[in-house]
Amino acid sequence: MTMKRRTFVKGSMSAGAVAVAASAGLLTPQAVSAAYPEDTFTAEDVDSALGGVDMIPSEDITIKAPEIAENGAVVPITVRSTLPDVEEIHVLVRENPLPKIAQFNLGAGAKAEVSCRAKMGKTSDVLGVVKSGGKFYYASKEVKVTIGGCGG
Amino acid sequence: MASSIKIRARKKKDVVDFKALIQHPMETGLRKNANTGKTIPAHFIQEVRVESNGDTVMTAYWSGGVSKNPYVSFKYAGKKGDTVTLSWSDNQGGTDTASATVR
Repeated sequence: MTMKRRTFVKGSMSAGAVAVAASAGLLTPQAVSAAYPEDTFTAEDVDSALGGVDMIPSEDITIKAPEIAENGAVVPITVRSTLPDVEEIHVLVRENPLPKIAQFNLGAGAKAEVSCRAKMGKTSDVLGVVKSGGKFYYASKEVKVTIGGCGG
Repeated sequence: MASSIKIRARKKKDVVDFKALIQHPMETGLRKNANTGKTIPAHFIQEVRVESNGDTVMTAYWSGGVSKNPYVSFKYAGKKGDTVTLSWSDNQGGTDTASATVR
């Protein structure tokens, strides 16, 4: 009986310690919210970066990017869409070591048009992927890079 | 320390045009120091949140593939006088916040 009680106390104490550590943030070294889709950003090809979803080519997505980027370290990219109920816009560069550049989750009132600047290692297709009504649509555009932006 | 964020938000026709520049090195973690051959540790912004009068209008998740000193812009339905707030957090625990008024 005594033994059992001992074990019980020990067990509950260590469980308590873990809970305290977790709540104090000791088990999560980085101050990043749980929502950060880490897997998609560490994926090394486009398909796994999007979780292998089926993508539908769409003419309702416009990618604005230069035909030729002189400096691959700074390539301005704008993705715009006329699809209804856009929830997310993803920007990917197919030939980059880690293709996924950015994901924009649009909240209430936000229009389906985002701009950012990406690094490009070499000439590649830029993909604009739009999530609308639970489905993924994409468009792509080739950007020629004369000086790479990675490891320069 | 001066803020790392510059925000410009303007009402244009029926939408607010939101633009921001953030000062950040955005290291991918893939680059090597040319002299020592050591890999430069990754240091990039992972999350950017933009709020208008306290409501989140856009959340962006970034990788190290976003250029150094990142620029971001988007449009949303808003009005003059709205308070827009941008906050970011990076993979090394750094964070910053700045606000501006829509003009």
